[in-house]
Amino acid sequence: MSDTTGFEPKIVAYVCNWCTYLGADLAGTNRLEYPPNVRIVRLPCTGRIDFNLIIKGFEMGADAVIVSGCHPGDCHYTAGNYHARRRWTLFRELLETLGFEMDRIHFAWISAAEGKKFQQFITEITEKTRALGPYTAYREICEASR
Amino acid sequence: MIDQLRQTCKKLLEEGAVQVVIGYGQDKPSMMPHPVFITKPEDTDRLVWNDLCFANLAAYVTRKEIKALGKPAVIVKGCDERALVVLEQESQFTRDGIYVIGMACDSLPASGMGNPRAAKCASCAVRTPRYADVTIGEAAVGSSAVGSSSCSTADTEFADLDEFMKKTPAERLAYWKVELSRCVKCYACREVCPMCYCNRCLVDKNRPTAIDTSATIKGNLAWHIARAFHQAGRCVGCDECTRACPAGINLRLLNQSLAKAAERAFAYKAGMDKETPPVIGSYSLEDKESFIE
Repeated sequence: MSDTTGFEPKIVAYVCNWCTYLGADLAGTNRLEYPPNVRIVRLPCTGRIDFNLIIKGFEMGADAVIVSGCHPGDCHYTAGNYHARRRWTLFRELLETLGFEMDRIHFAWISAAEGKKFQQFITEITEKTRALGPYTAYREICEASR
Repeated sequence: MIDQLRQTCKKLLEEGAVQVVIGYGQDKPSMMPHPVFITKPEDTDRLVWNDLCFANLAAYVTRKEIKALGKPAVIVKGCDERALVVLEQESQFTRDGIYVIGMACDSLPASGMGNPRAAKCASCAVRTPRYADVTIGEAAVGSSAVGSSSCSTADTEFADLDEFMKKTPAERLAYWKVELSRCVKCYACREVCPMCYCNRCLVDKNRPTAIDTSATIKGNLAWHIARAFHQAGRCVGCDECTRACPAGINLRLLNQSLAKAAERAFAYKAGMDKETPPVIGSYSLEDKESFIE
């Protein structure tokens, strides 16, 4: 495992097809540069983002996970993000009880017009995660299970 | 109470009002009561009722094998009954398709026997069934009122969890690493749970494998997260999973953290009132979102 000096965080972003993915697209067409540490996974809706995906992300070696979708009221499917919001409110509590590092799980509303916000958000999370270092606690769990 | 219970069940079976009674049987007084399925009126003498009747029989109402027997009468305590309320909300049966025999908890069960039931009984708000077709016995004086469907709970309800949450996140993870390393993935927690009625569980699917099926700490953690979260806002806190666990893992803590979150964030308590929309599956525009950027 690399030491922290050469550490580049691995970040998984689960984004919705209609808002955040287009926001990322806009960041691209506007030539707004953001760190390449983020791996974007496009899903139909935040309502589709299964909590197991977050766990899977960490199992696959992510140092931080981002979940992002349409602002409340803007969901392409009317209410997917409202359902997601409830789910994450509860899910965060469970992860907290299990002792997860909560500053490695991020939620955001980023619309198709917010290319700038996308750039800033990804930059900010990457810097934060870089400062935190690798998610060794979870990696140990995965290593022990080889 | 036992005589009254046996008489009631006998009558139901004789009249043909139900085809099977789901109740408790006990082979010897020193042994734990176990579920029995009575189909003949003369067998109702096998039914028992005592302080050790822990099992939540609501779990059997959704089973294919039991449904095949015909209309069931199910014996429930006030706490088990909450599971029936959730199951009806989720359209797992129609209310007139089952007969509910409620047993009032007339005394606090013996505590300090290391039995996990005592933990939930201490803060019980439903000693008297509210949903039953017939209720047998009376709740002890001083216990909570009949028909209480309010969300307020005793401060003691989440005492264990609150104590546990005083630890740092790293200590909590260390605790679960030790606890969950004992899990052998027998899935007793799933089998015994009234809310786990899926014909095919996520963890049994292997195309693709959603959750690592090996009984390693990684697979166990993923499984227990999935198990607990699939009960989010549905778990009625019967603690059967904790009781059934052969490794003695305190799954109650995980269930409680979700129950507490549902109560604090959405003023929702599973199985208290069947008119309240389930917390997962409904939403409000006013839901708080301080954690979302």
